Amino acid sequence: MKVGNVGAVRPAASAAVPSIPARFWQRVSFWVTLAVVALLGAVAIVSQRDTLREAMFTLLMFASLASSLNILLGYTGYVSFGHIVFFGLGGYSGFYFISKQGWSIYPSLIVGGLVASVIALLIGLSILRLRGAYFALATIGILEAARAFVANFGPFGGSTGLSINFSVYRQYGGPAQALWTSFYIMWVITFIVVIVSFYIKSSRFGLGLLSIREDEDAALVMGVNAPRWKTLAYVVSAFFPGVIGTLYFFKNGNVEPADAFRLQMSIETIVMVMLGGQGTVLGPILGAATYDRLRSYLLTSDLFKNLHLAVAGLALLLIVLFVPAGVVGWLRGRFAQLRRVLE
Amino acid sequence: MPAQVLTSVVDGLMLGFVYGVAAMGMTLIWGVMRVINLSHGPLIALGMFGTYFLFTGLGLNPYLGLLLIAVVGLVAGFVIYGVAVHRVINAPYLSSLLATFAVSMMIIGVGTAALSTSPFNVDFSLGSVAAGPLTIPGTRLMAAFAAVLVAGLLYLFLYRTKPGKAIRAVSNNRGAAELMGIPSSRVLALSFGIGTMLAGLAGGLIATFFPFTILSGETYQLKSFVIGVLGGLGNPIGALVGGLVLGLLEGIIPAFMPVSWVPVIEFALFVLVLLIRPTGLLGGRA
Amino acid sequence: MILQVQGVCKRFGGLQALTDVTFDMEEGQILGLIGPNGAGKTTLFNAVNGVYPPEVGKVVFRGQDITRWAPYKVAHLGMARTFQVVRPLNELTVRDNVIVGACYGREGHSRTAGAKVADAVLERVGLAERANQLAASLNVAQKKRLEMARALAAKPYLLLLDEVLAGLNPTEVARMLDTIRQIRAEGVTIFMIEHLMHAVMNLSDWVVVLDYGKVIAQGLPQQVSTDPHVVEAYLGDPRLAAELLAGG
Repeated sequence: MKVGNVGAVRPAASAAVPSIPARFWQRVSFWVTLAVVALLGAVAIVSQRDTLREAMFTLLMFASLASSLNILLGYTGYVSFGHIVFFGLGGYSGFYFISKQGWSIYPSLIVGGLVASVIALLIGLSILRLRGAYFALATIGILEAARAFVANFGPFGGSTGLSINFSVYRQYGGPAQALWTSFYIMWVITFIVVIVSFYIKSSRFGLGLLSIREDEDAALVMGVNAPRWKTLAYVVSAFFPGVIGTLYFFKNGNVEPADAFRLQMSIETIVMVMLGGQGTVLGPILGAATYDRLRSYLLTSDLFKNLHLAVAGLALLLIVLFVPAGVVGWLRGRFAQLRRVLE
Repeated sequence: MPAQVLTSVVDGLMLGFVYGVAAMGMTLIWGVMRVINLSHGPLIALGMFGTYFLFTGLGLNPYLGLLLIAVVGLVAGFVIYGVAVHRVINAPYLSSLLATFAVSMMIIGVGTAALSTSPFNVDFSLGSVAAGPLTIPGTRLMAAFAAVLVAGLLYLFLYRTKPGKAIRAVSNNRGAAELMGIPSSRVLALSFGIGTMLAGLAGGLIATFFPFTILSGETYQLKSFVIGVLGGLGNPIGALVGGLVLGLLEGIIPAFMPVSWVPVIEFALFVLVLLIRPTGLLGGRA
Repeated sequence: MILQVQGVCKRFGGLQALTDVTFDMEEGQILGLIGPNGAGKTTLFNAVNGVYPPEVGKVVFRGQDITRWAPYKVAHLGMARTFQVVRPLNELTVRDNVIVGACYGREGHSRTAGAKVADAVLERVGLAERANQLAASLNVAQKKRLEMARALAAKPYLLLLDEVLAGLNPTEVARMLDTIRQIRAEGVTIFMIEHLMHAVMNLSDWVVVLDYGKVIAQGLPQQVSTDPHVVEAYLGDPRLAAELLAGG
């Protein structure tokens, strides 16, 4: 059979590849990612040091934020600068039930996530019609509007925010133990985010999202109900920041508008996704770990501590200019065999 | 209308002209190269410090200092374009967003290290002008006047000069402009330079009447987005009108509700306009 | 009757792109849509499958009025299409591209079942050994085959082909024509836009001619190729006119 002009160039390679099913490699990449998350958490537990636990909490928090953003940014191709709005609104809502209604942390986490998802549904139905930079701008607008609104919203304590009495921690075994509990919860959340994002990527739903990312109009013609699927992606990706926000504010004992809705934090999350490789499961985790370690190294180094933002900016610029696909994306592109392992 | 509201409205309008200049820079860059410049805010802040150092350090009149800020801003814009933007001009738009955000991080990082984040103040006054029940600080009046002048010059530049026409041609259709022999890279660099210059000028004017820090630019950057969308992204003249609309809103809203609601309304309006008329209330330029 | 287009009009700003376009398609036939450049052929495809819904007129597909339906709903009913300018999902593998067609087309497969359908279709269009490559890495002829594979994986009743032969060399054209005949033999109705006159005239059971957005002739290939209106419409392009006459 004659196939065009470049057919049958590498018969051996192409024959060898299908013999190991793609599913197998996907599983490998999935377990590798879970192992990375397990390792990151285990480091803190083995050492039993408070400082390391706090460092790893932050790292895992950003890893799961980045991973949840990746469902929208990496899979669906919609660049949200306002992902943190769900961290803020969901976190505020969950924290409200802890501080004002005396709820335990566990149901509050779920409520925080659900509130974020419902808000994402309402927002998503309208702004997901916008494409490209218009969508990005709208998400900035929503983040700023939410911050300003919450600062005026009485039940959430206005511009001073909400806080909890230290006695609340007693039911978790005291403040010190509550910090450990928060850490374990964060670890579990990270596992769940990785599992969900892997599951989505290998599902029919995920394939629809990827096709929207590649060419939304072509996807529509192929039968992908783009309005529905991208809204669902938005709702799912918003759930986790809602949960994480609730946990984060619970651990801190207070919440205020300036902490909850930081555009800077939103953009840093995007940077982590980019750094690791958008659209891959492992990428956001590695990106978050790398960025977070770099940031804390800069913050604690005598040489850079005043310039940490500038150095991070320079690093970002170099990545955007020279490695736009991120580390994992670069590896995938450089070594075709890795494409199957690094899903 | 009570005198207090009138004062607040006039104040808002005067400020609106200056917002307009900042937004013109943002929207010009968007129109020509479809880049949302996330370093716009820090550049505005640098303009503020420009006025501060020229006035406090060298004793230069702030309005004369603006000339220097304009030149430095233009050159800085060329440099930023060449280093950070040119390579990603045809990449997916996330790349240019992140590239300009990286520039913003660098400016703020160095700025914070060198200038801290405690407020600066330009100790300069032109007294005030009284008209009936109104008292307008002279610096505000001068700023509005300077803003109108800048807008007028930009208009003349875009519509009457050859490089200006080239900018408009590239803005309309870069591919076609290139076929006509317009060197698009140079035009893009020039547009970025002018956009940066306008950011610096707006900052320089604001510094004459408000205290500021290296972080102050972000507020004006966000306002520029709002104004750009109101006036139609890519339409510099629309941006001036958008600036006035925003200034007017900021003057009127506090008469009806606490001033802290102003940003809620501004950003809600912003999202609404994006949804209903993404080309802006005044129509954008393709 | 599988498709009925009745009095369809479409306007873009000041340009009347389609005016009162009316024709019917029999199940199982190949209908060729021809016309000079800019006659509105692709616009008609877009009006039929919902990409640019018409302002006036009706599109009826398998007895159902689908005018102004969203394209994905039309696809679910069993209408698939290829694009004139190929639109591969670049960063996905060739197989995943085709699985999208299988998962979201008429049969709405699960991802696993979709993968089986995709492999069968890829085998058929001769892309099986490229299944694991990224779609971006294919050449133009292969991308055209990929478009075809995606559409076929949707198991459509009606297949809209927008210039699938353009840009192919003679060997590739011959292969593609074979594929099209095979598809028809399996009972899929085909609606094709084509510039290659001899191909249209040989393949089609019925030909519709558009000029300036209007149907200026329709009929059997021989009738159309000798129709004075059609020859006149093509006079601006003597090469095509000659081909038209020769092809008939």
